[in-house]
Amino acid sequence: MRLELGKIRIKDVQFGPETCVRDGVLYVDRAAVERMVLEDDRIAGAGVELARPGEEIRIIPVKDVIEPRVKVAGPGGVFPGMVSKVDTVGEGRTHVLAGVAVVTTGRIVGFQEGIIDMTGPGAEYTPFSRLNNVVLVCEPVAGLPQHEHEAAIRMAGLKVAAYLGEAGRDVEPDEVDVHECLPLLEQAAAYPGLPKVVYVYMLQSQGLLHDTYVYGVDVKRILPTLIYPTEVMDGAIVSGNCVSACDKNTTYHHQNSPVIHDLLARHGRDFNFIGVVITNENVTLADKERSSNYTTKLVEMLGADGAIVSEEGFGNPDADLIMNCTKLEKKGIRTVLVTDEYAGQDGASQSLADANPLADAVVTAGNANEVISLPPMKKVIGHPEAANVIAGGWDGSLAGDGSITAEIQVITGCTNELGFSYLTVREI
Amino acid sequence: MTRKIRVVHYLNQFFGQIGGEDKAGMHPMDKAGHVGPGMSFAAALKDQAEIVGTVICGDTYFGENMETATKEVLDLIVKYEPDLVIAGPAFNAGRYGSACGAVCAAVAEKLQIPVVTGMYPENPGVDMFRKHIHIVETEGSAAGMRQAVPKMAKLALKLAKGEPTDSAVDGYLTRGIRKNYFAKERGSARAVEMLVRKLGGQKFVTEYPMPQFDRVDPNPAIRDMSKARIALVTSGGIVPKGNPDHIESSSASKYGKYDLEGIDALTAASHQTAHGGYDPVYANENPDRVLPVDVMRDLEREGVIGKFHRYYYATVGNGTSVANAKKYAAAIAKELVEAEVQGVILTST
Repeated sequence: MRLELGKIRIKDVQFGPETCVRDGVLYVDRAAVERMVLEDDRIAGAGVELARPGEEIRIIPVKDVIEPRVKVAGPGGVFPGMVSKVDTVGEGRTHVLAGVAVVTTGRIVGFQEGIIDMTGPGAEYTPFSRLNNVVLVCEPVAGLPQHEHEAAIRMAGLKVAAYLGEAGRDVEPDEVDVHECLPLLEQAAAYPGLPKVVYVYMLQSQGLLHDTYVYGVDVKRILPTLIYPTEVMDGAIVSGNCVSACDKNTTYHHQNSPVIHDLLARHGRDFNFIGVVITNENVTLADKERSSNYTTKLVEMLGADGAIVSEEGFGNPDADLIMNCTKLEKKGIRTVLVTDEYAGQDGASQSLADANPLADAVVTAGNANEVISLPPMKKVIGHPEAANVIAGGWDGSLAGDGSITAEIQVITGCTNELGFSYLTVREI
Repeated sequence: MTRKIRVVHYLNQFFGQIGGEDKAGMHPMDKAGHVGPGMSFAAALKDQAEIVGTVICGDTYFGENMETATKEVLDLIVKYEPDLVIAGPAFNAGRYGSACGAVCAAVAEKLQIPVVTGMYPENPGVDMFRKHIHIVETEGSAAGMRQAVPKMAKLALKLAKGEPTDSAVDGYLTRGIRKNYFAKERGSARAVEMLVRKLGGQKFVTEYPMPQFDRVDPNPAIRDMSKARIALVTSGGIVPKGNPDHIESSSASKYGKYDLEGIDALTAASHQTAHGGYDPVYANENPDRVLPVDVMRDLEREGVIGKFHRYYYATVGNGTSVANAKKYAAAIAKELVEAEVQGVILTST
């Protein structure tokens, strides 16, 4: 499986008469995008706004963030099973509009959507303040049930990202990264002297608006399975999540899955990165036992010496994280966990809902309960009053002057548990 | 020139130059100015602060009368109108360490002024008080006095002036407080590096040392349910329609107590969920799904349970800190015990 990832650096985004990329600028045909969103009769109103780094803009409530990509050679298309047919992806060549994202907002779907500030203190906490964002403001038809609402907004974001990605089809990329993943037995034999490492990629599947899709399949319904890193880069995994903004993996995070990238960076030198196991985080004990057993079995089957295990969400999935860890460790497979913390606003409380002494190597992406004050912005895209109800906010979080005081939990991607960001915790 | 910072120093009978173990039963007393190691503190505090008084108490007296002794010591300290209190250092002396910790914690709480003490990490006083006060790490014995005093004095001045402190820079034992900062490498790169080290048998430092978990043994079974009063308590966020107490959808800062008198079952019109961690559609459609009032009424009518308690308690478990959850549980349990409830059904989400 060999994938060339051609990155087209986009330094600005503008509205224009037709959607295209010229001299590093993405021009967006606003009317075409709006029409595309309105094709879905579950959506009553659609608007497109632009938000660039440094602008005094707040986007709230943010549902998903998606990177525009296009498949230019090799089988299938981006977001297989969602936007494209379900062909196996991860091979050939994919172009990326790097520096751009599609951000979906509109009336809140669940309680757990987030905030992106393009400047000010909040901007430091979200990676998406550094992107040129094409923001879709989607308003649902009256009386639309929440699950339908979620699906409609999810699909709108993916469709528009695929549409914008098309603009990069014939553009010469600024750089091309080549990733090659061998069939398992060949891969395992490739570096006989190095320890073998597997990535255990936990996907949020608690249900009830906490869902992730792989090739269009709801992850609740999978047994843990194998996937090539390059399939993930082509959008095989997409977010359908309304889990807390700070630690939900947006589709953008999956497309740029950081553990995969950082393992590939040291692959063949410090270890042999032999594969990725995707698993779920279902809510019943039997599901948790089954999935952690199956994950452990797969990792053992692959002959791994070590594994990085990343979590998504918090509380209930802490149990899955600890089960995966302890079962692997008991098989002699050394683990490192990536999680975040809910240590209370004062930082003095216990951080996870589960613990085990075998989890002796943990990377933390920050205490989501820490409180931040976000100053008012000149422009707000979306619905600022959502600040009073989203997870991490409280009745009164939004002040009369437009400033917001809330836990950093409200900031999209701020304590991402794939390790995408730099925030962490120390004890004082 | 600004006024000097007023310091009171706490010492035991030995460092307070009263006597050894034979004097350990002495009641608290005070002396104006500095005593014993207070002299080196006075030198280290230089012209910025002055030890205006010293309070001395016997270790045995303090240990055996912790509550009264703390109050007596506090009363003596207050007289001097201090801006700052320094205790010890106690090194590895257990009773002395506990006393220094208790005095500092009481001063911090009641007088709301900065406090500093010093102990060896294995002193039992450390575990008792590290979360509440600044404890500078010292050697195990008084031989470490020369190193301890300047560290404690420097930290004390910083605290008195309201300057930021850092356990790594200022040499105090971490207080178990989790504080965010931006690392140089992103999380995934740190995870890869940690795995390389772990696999290679090299030293690595976990970013989150696992805590010791509280395990609660279940109570003995209720022998006769048909005579028992049973209550419902939920972290699933079921509240009267409109969420009158404004319980937060995540990180709840409170719980609610609600009357079920005359209610046979919950409905979409009467109740809802405030919880932000799950899709509320099904809970809002029929709140009995999370708080089974309907079934409890059935059981009551059938005589399976003696009485269904009139009130239920609700909070939101989503992202709510364990410390807060513990606090709510203690308050709820107290009321349930007072109301002679024998059993509780806890429902989550």
